[in-house]
Amino acid sequence: MTAVPIIELDGLTKRFSRKLDVVERFARRLGAAIDDRAVQAVSGVDLSIAEGEVVGLVGESGCGKSTLGRMVAGILPPSAGTLRWRGRDLRELSPADRHHANLKIQMVFQDPMASLNPRLRVADIVGEAPVVHGLVPRRQAEEYVAATLRQVGLDPAYLRRYPHQFSGGQRQRIGIARALAVKPDVLVCDESVAALDVSIQAQIINLFMRLREELSLTYLFISHDLGVVEHISDRTAIMYLGRIVELAPTPELFDKPNHPYAKALLDEAPRVSVEKRRFAPIRGEIPSPLDPPSGCAFHPRCPHAMPRCSAERPALRAIAPRRWSACHLNETTGP
Amino acid sequence: MTEPLLRVDGLRTHFLTRAGTVKAVDGVDLRLDRGEILGLVGESGSGKSVTGQSILGLVDPPGRVVGGRVLFQGEDLVGAGEKRLRAIRGRRIAMIFQDPMMTLNPVLSIGTQMVEAVRAHEKVSRAEAWERSRRALARVGIASPDERLASYPHQFSGGMRQRVAIAIALLHSPDLIIADEPTTALDVTIQAQILFEVQKLCRETGTALIWVTHDLAVVSALADRVAVMYAGRVVETGTVAEIIGNPRHPYTRGLLESVPSRNRRGVPLRSIPGMTPSVLDLPEGCAFRPRCDRSSGACTVMPELTGERENRAWRCWNPVAAEARGDAA
Ligand SMILES: Nc1ncnc2c1ncn2[C@@H]1O[C@H](COP(=O)(O)OP(=O)(O)OP(=O)(O)O)[C@@H](O)[C@H]1O
Ligand SMILES: Nc1ncnc2c1ncn2[C@@H]1O[C@H](COP(=O)(O)OP(=O)(O)OP(=O)(O)O)[C@@H](O)[C@H]1O
Ligand code: SF4
Ligand code: SF4
Ligand SMILES: [Mg+2]
Ligand SMILES: [Mg+2]
Repeated sequence: MTAVPIIELDGLTKRFSRKLDVVERFARRLGAAIDDRAVQAVSGVDLSIAEGEVVGLVGESGCGKSTLGRMVAGILPPSAGTLRWRGRDLRELSPADRHHANLKIQMVFQDPMASLNPRLRVADIVGEAPVVHGLVPRRQAEEYVAATLRQVGLDPAYLRRYPHQFSGGQRQRIGIARALAVKPDVLVCDESVAALDVSIQAQIINLFMRLREELSLTYLFISHDLGVVEHISDRTAIMYLGRIVELAPTPELFDKPNHPYAKALLDEAPRVSVEKRRFAPIRGEIPSPLDPPSGCAFHPRCPHAMPRCSAERPALRAIAPRRWSACHLNETTGP
Repeated sequence: MTEPLLRVDGLRTHFLTRAGTVKAVDGVDLRLDRGEILGLVGESGSGKSVTGQSILGLVDPPGRVVGGRVLFQGEDLVGAGEKRLRAIRGRRIAMIFQDPMMTLNPVLSIGTQMVEAVRAHEKVSRAEAWERSRRALARVGIASPDERLASYPHQFSGGMRQRVAIAIALLHSPDLIIADEPTTALDVTIQAQILFEVQKLCRETGTALIWVTHDLAVVSALADRVAVMYAGRVVETGTVAEIIGNPRHPYTRGLLESVPSRNRRGVPLRSIPGMTPSVLDLPEGCAFRPRCDRSSGACTVMPELTGERENRAWRCWNPVAAEARGDAA
């Protein structure tokens, strides 16, 4: 593949300084040496996404998926690292070009109710941004919104309604219509089907797949649901505590995961099957990003951990064509 | 056939609201034997939680059980007084909620809460109650239980809090546990830990379990039998193999076809059309009718729950053929 990736992340990092909680503030007033602590939510992520590709991003709660997604969508500035849009460092673009690039990457959120202004009618929720950004003249806004609604499978007769007058699935369609209205090239979907019932979830997944075909969209598809990601993505990235630990074409990753955490995650995810099964869970808790383990962050829970694992962090390395994994085992036991 | 541990017959629980009568539960039949795990599945609003609350007599006004029976070891709990129900709750039937803070008191240490929970139902010494609490924590995989008993809920992660709530439910080795989506908010690996402990408990102590969830994958991995709810009614019941391998109700079949991992990667999912109905505004007859591709004239009349046996039944005039297995792999 020689084409320039539509998005390229290079060492992308986000640190949050976390405010102390009540107990900690109290302790500090009594003289305890406690500083505001920094959470490294995302640490040095390298990832390139090809035009038209769907990349799935999975991992457990707090591993940094949303933070990474929000940086990609341009609504959260990185603390370090580079984000390239069609080969160009975003920081080096002119303000106008950067604005254009940001419009081309839109985000679809998990909770459509929380992300839609309850006092605006659908016509304004969907129509505002394209008018403001000069994509559509105000006179034609209504017609444009109607067409966008049809695209996501909503009856344009709903134009004058408010968000609370819709079901969860319909509200998610409105959220998608709002993102599509500015004619993006990339959609960052953050748990966009998580809040929906199974039967409605299937409708929205189908909608995402149809839009991909019709509009040649590129997706970063964030979900904790492995089944959803397996179904929709071309490649899958697995995150653990702020880092990508494995990245591979989806069928290969689900068929034969390399990283011990990826293996454990895929083994534990319940599948719909006619057979009852016995669970044999991974021991231990997910560690806190406030206090990440040394070396490989997975070592306290890893059945294969060796002395080296707590001392040295494994880098994300190519282990086969298009396959990447961050585990010392790949060096000690050759392929 | 011996008398089951729990038998729910024609349970109906309604809420009288200003907008009208919400028939949250409107005809639920269940039976459960000792040591058995029943998965209760259905979409949001189908009445799963209200069913669980009704069994325990925990429905708050304006809700009321307006019909049916809940026979627990032969005793009808629907007519039972609050005093009797309190004696049963916690000791014989325990409930685990989605949010562990429904069970835990934030200002008391875990140890204090567990000791009180033991002594509420049994006259034992504090030392004995402490010892039982330790063992219960160890059973749900919590290491160094003595130290943990001295901690407060906020010092625990969400997954650990939920395990504490489960440990409290296990204190008296109840005959029945009703668990309402207790792992929905948890991560896959933590969920697996809890499912593992729960399965072990049922196997070893004969505790029966009703696991309420919208997640078919969890149910198929955990349960012996499944009851599928739609709009306040049980529409199909059977063993996991029967429900997953050979669904007879069109809704059950549609649900299974909607699960991404049961479809070939990248092909459109065969989703159920339409929306989840509002229980305030149900169609006449079968509630699934507006979304059903098998509906006929007969469907304007509500079908009964009928089938091969009491535990293998469906509520449909035109059930999916027994041999039609779809592409259920
Ligand atoms: N604005 C913020 N301030 C401080 N810390 C934050 C902020 N946003 C996120 N974090 C922390 O960064 C880490 C990663 O959070 P993030 O929301 O990206 O995780 P996630 O993978 O999306 O999790 P989930 O699956 O629960 O949505 C967490 O430890 C979180 O507490
Ligand atoms: N206190 C109440 N007053 C009025 N209606 C109620 C009340 N509690 C529940 N309901 C209604 O009863 C119906 C069934 O609710 P229930 O909570 O049992 O659904 P559920 O199947 O558990 O859904 P979920 O998966 O969302 O938890 C819903 O339509 C709900 O709106
Ligand atoms: S680097 Fe070591 S601890 Fe980390 S996943 Fe590999 S074997 Fe396990
Ligand atoms: S009774 Fe009729 S409408 Fe209802 S599920 Fe069966 S075929 Fe469909
Ligand atoms: Mg998130
Ligand atoms: Mg519920």
